[in-house]
Amino acid sequence: MEATPVLRMTSIDKSFGGIPALSNASLTIRPGEVHALIGQNGAGKSTMIKILNGAYKKDAGDIELDGNPVQFGSPHEAQLGGVSTIFQEVNLVHYRSVTENIVLGQEPKKFGLIDWPAAHRRAQEVLMRFGLDIDVHKPLHSYNIAIQQLIAIARAVSFDARLVIMDEPTSSLDEQEKQVLFKVIRDLSAENVAVLYVSHHLDELFAVCDRVTVMRNGQMIATHDIADVSKIGLVSEMIGRDANQIAKAGATGFGHNHAGGDKVVLELQSLSNGTSVQDASLIVHQGEIVGLAGLLGSGRTETVSMIFGADQPAGGTIRFKGKPGAFRQPAQAINAGIGYCTEDRKAEGIIPGLSIRENLTLALLPRLASRGIIPRATERELVDDFIAKLGIKTAGMEQPIRELSGGNQQKVLLARWLATEPELLILDEPTRGIDVGAKREIQALIEGLSQSGLSVLMISSEFEELIEGANRVVVLQEGKTVTTLEKDNLTEDSLLAAVAGHVDVAAE
Amino acid sequence: MSESINTTTTAKESGKSLQDLIRSNGTFLALIALIVINMLITPNFLQLQTLYVNLTQVATIAIVALGMTMVIASGGIDLSVGAVMALSGALAPYIFLSDFGVANPTMGLVLAILIGLLAGLVCGMFNGFLINQFAIQPIVATLVLFIAARGLAQVLTNGNLQVFDNPAFEFLGTGRILGLPFQALAAVVLALALSWVVRRTSYGRYLLAVGGNPKAANLSGISVNRVRLLTYAICGVLAGFAGMVVSAINSASDANQTGQLMELDAIAAAVVGGASLMGGKAPIIGALIGACIIQLVKYTLLANGVHDAVALIAKAVIIILAVYVQLNRAE
Repeated sequence: MEATPVLRMTSIDKSFGGIPALSNASLTIRPGEVHALIGQNGAGKSTMIKILNGAYKKDAGDIELDGNPVQFGSPHEAQLGGVSTIFQEVNLVHYRSVTENIVLGQEPKKFGLIDWPAAHRRAQEVLMRFGLDIDVHKPLHSYNIAIQQLIAIARAVSFDARLVIMDEPTSSLDEQEKQVLFKVIRDLSAENVAVLYVSHHLDELFAVCDRVTVMRNGQMIATHDIADVSKIGLVSEMIGRDANQIAKAGATGFGHNHAGGDKVVLELQSLSNGTSVQDASLIVHQGEIVGLAGLLGSGRTETVSMIFGADQPAGGTIRFKGKPGAFRQPAQAINAGIGYCTEDRKAEGIIPGLSIRENLTLALLPRLASRGIIPRATERELVDDFIAKLGIKTAGMEQPIRELSGGNQQKVLLARWLATEPELLILDEPTRGIDVGAKREIQALIEGLSQSGLSVLMISSEFEELIEGANRVVVLQEGKTVTTLEKDNLTEDSLLAAVAGHVDVAAE
Repeated sequence: MSESINTTTTAKESGKSLQDLIRSNGTFLALIALIVINMLITPNFLQLQTLYVNLTQVATIAIVALGMTMVIASGGIDLSVGAVMALSGALAPYIFLSDFGVANPTMGLVLAILIGLLAGLVCGMFNGFLINQFAIQPIVATLVLFIAARGLAQVLTNGNLQVFDNPAFEFLGTGRILGLPFQALAAVVLALALSWVVRRTSYGRYLLAVGGNPKAANLSGISVNRVRLLTYAICGVLAGFAGMVVSAINSASDANQTGQLMELDAIAAAVVGGASLMGGKAPIIGALIGACIIQLVKYTLLANGVHDAVALIAKAVIIILAVYVQLNRAE
């Protein structure tokens, strides 16, 4: 006989405004197991989690925790009931101390007041479980994002959790920090705390999970022991296509046979911003895809934001199309023919309340409008055109962009820049947090654009994307260009060595 | 069995659509409800005189609320509108009562109105400048003129009531076109114009983008500072205009009373009309309806002999209701 599962969700239904998000979805998690939940954007993973932790109400179905029927009214109730959720973005209180963040909602009290010495002790104990020996009196924001993430997990576990839900926990972690997280997950599992692990990164599942459940279109497709499945098998279940087809096409949507021209479009020489970027140099030719690689904090985003005029250089030169190109504002860069798709769609990309139409034409308005008035018919035509060309899945161009999946939002943002007909397109993590299907489409689109003469500077943390997509990869370490890998010697190993290599260099 | 399932779904759906109707047209329905209630309980409500009084009074709230809605859409707030009203309301008579104004009545009047509007413009730009240049939070930045503009108006008038007799200027507050108060028509025309601006111009789109996500707006090539400056300037001009209307109604400028608590009425009207204090939404026509609701509540309580202080509480309740409805909407 199997032990009573820690969680059993049976035949869950949920629809929004008549459109089903989950239909007859069931999920069983064993005590202490690490269970992955995967699927494309819009497959219903988030809905499933939110029903479990009480953020949404289910329309039908049953939830049992340790064999007892439960129905949480809010994530806080769920937390007290033993189900803790750690969200994609760390949602703690940045300006308060580590201790306050950990004990918030369950402060030890003495005579009705918070017993601070006891609170600090409790916080320290909780963190020590994860081998984290830090000063708990300091404010949270004085620690880096990885430690914040660990603190969030520590907080979640301190509620005597039976089940911890992690939604894309590694999205802001580097390789080393990921390993720390995985160790924590294994420790949790050893203490019989189950983990529901939601991620787009299949490699991580194989590193840390026991079982995996695949969702598609609001339904559970299958649950496997991780040892019994292959990456390609999982991908094919997620997108509902045959595994052989995928194997033939390669891991990304990039082909292999594009070459750039001779004309130099962008040239950086010893660019610096005085802090995180010290000596960044690179060249982009017309029609090339140049990759920009490096660890978190290596200055990749800071470098491109200077090219775009969002930040000002402190030293070095930028030349765009042969002319000095130190733009004082993004508007100037856009005028000159540069587009910039930011890394953080939500914070720096979309205008959530505006429609697809309004978001898509935002950067084009100065050219689209005549005497400040937007020509409606022209605008609609243009938007229709891009929705069709990029295969944006939507109920219509007047739909608010926040209702779209990540992949479709990204396509709208790409369209925002393509509409301005740029000569250089800067892409910062263009496929982060996007489901497999849309990812391949976007990669194929980037490739197609570069073949038609667009120059692309692409920041990516995904090696596959860089290796298969880029003509050349420039590697940054601590704000300095350390090496440039040409297509011929661009392999997973060479890239890894270049990105992580500064330890060796320093040792020699 | 299947039949019973069907009925429940239909019942659910029709319930939902009624809810949706109330949510998306809540402000308008509230206005209708207020009118119906008044028809039942307020004596002499259905008379032209009542309509006239209400239209006269609502116009100033509405005009200021339009500007406030724009500012709120940009993600800000403007507490100085009442004080700017007092300043423009005092400045205009100061010009046409001056030696030059008396010697050249026409020229003096035109100049008076222009300078009244200009004062609003300058105040608005000053607000925008503080917010842009020093990154001061709007609620604090506009507090400066909330105090200083009224102070300036009091200096201009020596703190006294300045009575005047200038029929041409008084048209702003007492004139009628087709039997309707001039300022009410002005409010409607301004609302239609601004509503068009928000929907059809680049500036309107930029306004919503800046309010909805300033970072993304900047990276899309929008000059966030310029949009903010223009928005506060529009709000200032509208407040200046409203201030002159109040002086025209009273045939006197009163630096101490003109525009008192107007900032709160205007914010309330904007919020009741559907503006979100988070920014990114500019329901201009909603602000017009919101102003009518605020006015009608005031009038209802007054006409039924309820004390002023109680009326303030009623206003507070309406704001809470409006915010509550918005919270539901955001879901």
